[in-house]
Amino acid sequence: MTIAPSLSRQQPVSSTHPGPLLKVEDLSIEFGPEGTAVRVVEGVSFSIDAGAAVGIVGESGSGKSMTSLAVMGLIPSPPGRIATGRILFEGVDLLGLPRSRMPEIRGRDIAMIFQEPMSSLNPVMTIGDQIGEAIKLHEKMGREERRQRIIELLKLVGIPDPERRLGAYPHQFSGGMRQRVMIAMAVACNPKLLIADEPTTALDVTIQAQVLELMHKIRRTLNTTILLISHDLGVIADICERVIVMYAGKVVEDADVKTIFRSPKHPYTRGLLQSIPRLKDENTRLYQIPGMVPLPGTIKQGCPFFPRCPDRIDKCARETPPLLEITSQQKAACWVSAGATS
Amino acid sequence: MTILPGSVGTLSASDDIEHAIAPEPGRTALLKDMLFGQASTIFAFSVVVIFLLVAILAPWLAPYDPLAQSVLSINKQPSWAHWLGTDQFGRDVLSRMIHGSRNSLLFGLISPALAAFFGTILGVTAGYFGGVVDRVISRVVDLLLAFPELLLAIMIAAVLGGAFWNIIAVITVAFIPGFARVARASTLAVKQEPYIEAAVAVGLRTPTIIIRHVIPNISAPILVLMTLWVASAIRLEASLSFLGIGTRAPNPSWGNIIRDGLNNLFGSPWPIIAAGFAITCVVLSFNLMGDAVRDVLDPETTR
Repeated sequence: MTIAPSLSRQQPVSSTHPGPLLKVEDLSIEFGPEGTAVRVVEGVSFSIDAGAAVGIVGESGSGKSMTSLAVMGLIPSPPGRIATGRILFEGVDLLGLPRSRMPEIRGRDIAMIFQEPMSSLNPVMTIGDQIGEAIKLHEKMGREERRQRIIELLKLVGIPDPERRLGAYPHQFSGGMRQRVMIAMAVACNPKLLIADEPTTALDVTIQAQVLELMHKIRRTLNTTILLISHDLGVIADICERVIVMYAGKVVEDADVKTIFRSPKHPYTRGLLQSIPRLKDENTRLYQIPGMVPLPGTIKQGCPFFPRCPDRIDKCARETPPLLEITSQQKAACWVSAGATS
Repeated sequence: MTILPGSVGTLSASDDIEHAIAPEPGRTALLKDMLFGQASTIFAFSVVVIFLLVAILAPWLAPYDPLAQSVLSINKQPSWAHWLGTDQFGRDVLSRMIHGSRNSLLFGLISPALAAFFGTILGVTAGYFGGVVDRVISRVVDLLLAFPELLLAIMIAAVLGGAFWNIIAVITVAFIPGFARVARASTLAVKQEPYIEAAVAVGLRTPTIIIRHVIPNISAPILVLMTLWVASAIRLEASLSFLGIGTRAPNPSWGNIIRDGLNNLFGSPWPIIAAGFAITCVVLSFNLMGDAVRDVLDPETTR
């Protein structure tokens, strides 16, 4: 398979920067006026190596989208605010950067794909112009060269007849096609890190599979590091090698995909896995985790999963478990899995 | 060029969803189609062009001096000598209409355009940035809205005097609040759209986002408002003339032709009929043109 010349500039496999590409340390995000603020993300830490694909999974309200928006510097502020923590991208703390520097990084180094392909494109601009906008912004290129690049990108994401489609408007595309255009926009400047926030949620299953296949292809062709946000473990298992499970604003488990499917260590992860329907036992009722995700700010002490946990012990109500190392491949925030008994 | 099956980049020919969309005509062709595809638009466009030509060529078209009075031909009915008759001073109504179109069209076009420009800037600024900026701008706009347009216009004219550009400024200021309101409300709606967030995520800076993404998406209601207010501007100028602040007698504008005609309605109705008809035609044409322009700007109505 040959790759068009302008897109063959992959990210180098070994980055010049030693250590992980993205390192999030003790990130907390709160909303509301200071003093009575509600923490929606608390003490989240994880790191992503260059070239890796990592997934964050969790229910609605678990703080996974907020974490990804924080990396982009897109937390709506006010009322949102990053209370503590550091976000190191190639060793540079993004939170310490002056505000005017972020636009240079967005789109060029870190790009994002959003959840709603139907409304994430400007209805009054042709898709060619919208993709071109990102290129014009971050790279010096002549008009014709840029046009060729846009055509290459549209080809890469599998839009047929790209020369003609350049001048088409978003409403002439279906949802799946629009998501492809969004992906083309995101990878236009060959970002080091691609954040995909529920990229397939709004699409039907066949289109989902195509978009996932496309994500694989982007990774193969451009060697882009991917951070995938989803509530669907299946989607994450398809793309990623590592999973971070979030619950009520905290990381509860961090392990590689195979390990987590084989032996989940946090009871919440176990619950999630059990609630995936399986073909062979179609007659039994699907497992459901009892109770509901606690509202942000209502957990004062103890493990946030305590009220819903089938394996809870007394210690869980008193002390909040930190992310404990179970094996070298797997960390879980659970006293029971770490060996506590009372 | 053609794409070979399984060639560079395309996933495969079978997995694309929409093979066939109608061929894309060029943008200029589309524009032509939109502007001249409908009879009403052609009509509106022609009327506007004719009136503009009349205004430009007024000194050469008018058969008489619009100010020349004649005691011998007072309140004449239309005839071959005076196509639209004469008024109570024996002045030729047609010549006054032709010369009056200059003042009326200038007021009617320049003021709404200026008001739309400044009003949009204010409204978008308030809507996009919100917070204190929004509160300050919105309160000033509310304050201006609390006065009737005419009262506001009189107030400013009384301070500045009645020169041509002062009247333009007066009408403009009177219209700004309306545009600012519409622009602010539309901006608030557009600001919530995911494509604005996507534009931020691509790395665009705020001014670019406002110019390239916000303003094109709020232009439709503003354009329509602009065409509607061509009429109001002509009317407002007439009211100001009536009060002695706008175009001063004996100089003609459609507004003061109506005012003069009203005093002499039973002597000769022709000035009022002519000026009323002209204003109606222009206003209607601008409204129709506004609709057409809005359709051109909105790609979803293209098909």
